[in-house]
Amino acid sequence: MSDQFKGIEPMVYNSKINVPYSWWAGDTASKFYITLRDEKKIMGTKCTACNKVFLPPRKVCPSCFTENTQWVNISDEGTVITFTVARRQFAAIPNDRKVPVIWGMIKLDGADTAMLHYLDEIKPENVTIGMRVKAVFSEGRKGTIRDISHFKPVK
Amino acid sequence: MDRAAIIGVGMTKIEKNKVRDTFADMVWEAVNKALSDAGMTIDDIDNVVTTSSDFWDGRTISCMAVGDASGAAHKNVSCVEGDGTYGAFYGMTRSLSGSYKTTLVTGHSKGSQSVSSLITNSAFDPIYERALGMDMVTACAMQARSYMHRTKATPQQLAMVSVKNHGNALRNPLTQLPMKITVKDVLESEMIADPLRKLNCSPISDGCAAVIIAHESVAAKFKQKPVWIKGVSFCADSFFLGDRDLSRARSLTEAAKKAYAMAGIKDPKKEIDVAEIYDAFTYQELMWLEEMGLADDAMAGKLLEKGEFNIDGRLPVNASGGLLSGHPVIAAGLYSMAAVVRQIRGDAGGFQVKKAKTGLVHGVNGLGGQSHCVFILDKDK
Repeated sequence: MSDQFKGIEPMVYNSKINVPYSWWAGDTASKFYITLRDEKKIMGTKCTACNKVFLPPRKVCPSCFTENTQWVNISDEGTVITFTVARRQFAAIPNDRKVPVIWGMIKLDGADTAMLHYLDEIKPENVTIGMRVKAVFSEGRKGTIRDISHFKPVK
Repeated sequence: MDRAAIIGVGMTKIEKNKVRDTFADMVWEAVNKALSDAGMTIDDIDNVVTTSSDFWDGRTISCMAVGDASGAAHKNVSCVEGDGTYGAFYGMTRSLSGSYKTTLVTGHSKGSQSVSSLITNSAFDPIYERALGMDMVTACAMQARSYMHRTKATPQQLAMVSVKNHGNALRNPLTQLPMKITVKDVLESEMIADPLRKLNCSPISDGCAAVIIAHESVAAKFKQKPVWIKGVSFCADSFFLGDRDLSRARSLTEAAKKAYAMAGIKDPKKEIDVAEIYDAFTYQELMWLEEMGLADDAMAGKLLEKGEFNIDGRLPVNASGGLLSGHPVIAAGLYSMAAVVRQIRGDAGGFQVKKAKTGLVHGVNGLGGQSHCVFILDKDK
């Protein structure tokens, strides 16, 4: 620091970036969310080249670069591939979720890829890789990923 | 193919909170240090590549705000959003393009000014995933568990990475967290997101690094010993975490293979003398080493225990202290690159390793290492 700034207290300029933003979900996610909201059904898209079923569904197969034109029903039960437990109330965690928050990467039966979601109705120390879980649907569904409330262990 | 060399490097000290510097102030410092290191003036620079992230900087077109401090006035200036190694890759291609001979590459960020959990949450897909509230730490914690489950790497081994790298940082005055700590300290530090404890995670940091990349026709024209780019590649994997086997980094294996092939490296375990690897979290150092073929599958933890990656070991890894000791996002890969350049030149000071003819630099961008960039640098052309 040069002498001319001696005794100058560094200032902070406080601000907040807050821009309303509307994401058009597109045809593929819209179909997925409408089915989830209205029928409590989970659907994925299938690549006709490699036969992989993608969840969450998307229009293009990330491996084959071809359009996924087939829709398939996916089970609401699956297997935990990996998980974590937040012990700190990170800023990104929604207000209605308090630590410990458990997220799992869950491969549902009938899908070839895993989805992220909450694991609940279980103590963090009892969660294991490979455990079987089942979707619990939310009451007032609005067509968002949180129309699934969480996944709970299969008894 | 024509060759390119790195002929100058400059870095600010990495700090928790650079209250006296704006982004441009940091860039000004790093650029002047790089010019001085190279023995160049700004007039010797043909074009500029800046590396930054709009979200981290809290503004759009963040690159343009540091153009003045990069000496980009009246020059072609372009921006890369990603790790600094990606900026260096682009800078290299420009120096080899025939349009320019010398490229100044900068990378900057200030983690101190925002909320990293919210910034990295924004890397998740907004329609399918973002509302669940995960961020970089929780995504990497999932990956850590997945990697440990597959390889049987232990919490003790992860802790040893932290002990080693914070210890190395004691030899590097540019680092933020030089610390003499024990495995016990790491294992008793706060659990942040299972299985990652506080000392398994890199800190939030401010910093800027700059490198100058020259075409071979002018590489020897200036003061500094050129360090040659012998191989480089970057590859990306699927965006959605659930599409990948998180315990693996297929894109890194690909990138490393291609970089080795380009550099004529047949046995990386024997031919690489020193490596700076993206250790944002402890498990990553072990996992990336394996995925790059610098350790056998599921063996990095065991080799670490034997001291092979120590500063005086078979393959010193993150001798500079790594990102665990200071992690300015985006700039990170340029700090790693500068550290390897200094090793090869023999002027790494306190963290100089004994043999450093061939070095590896590794940069990462995206959640859980979605994409990877690998550089092979060498003393000889």
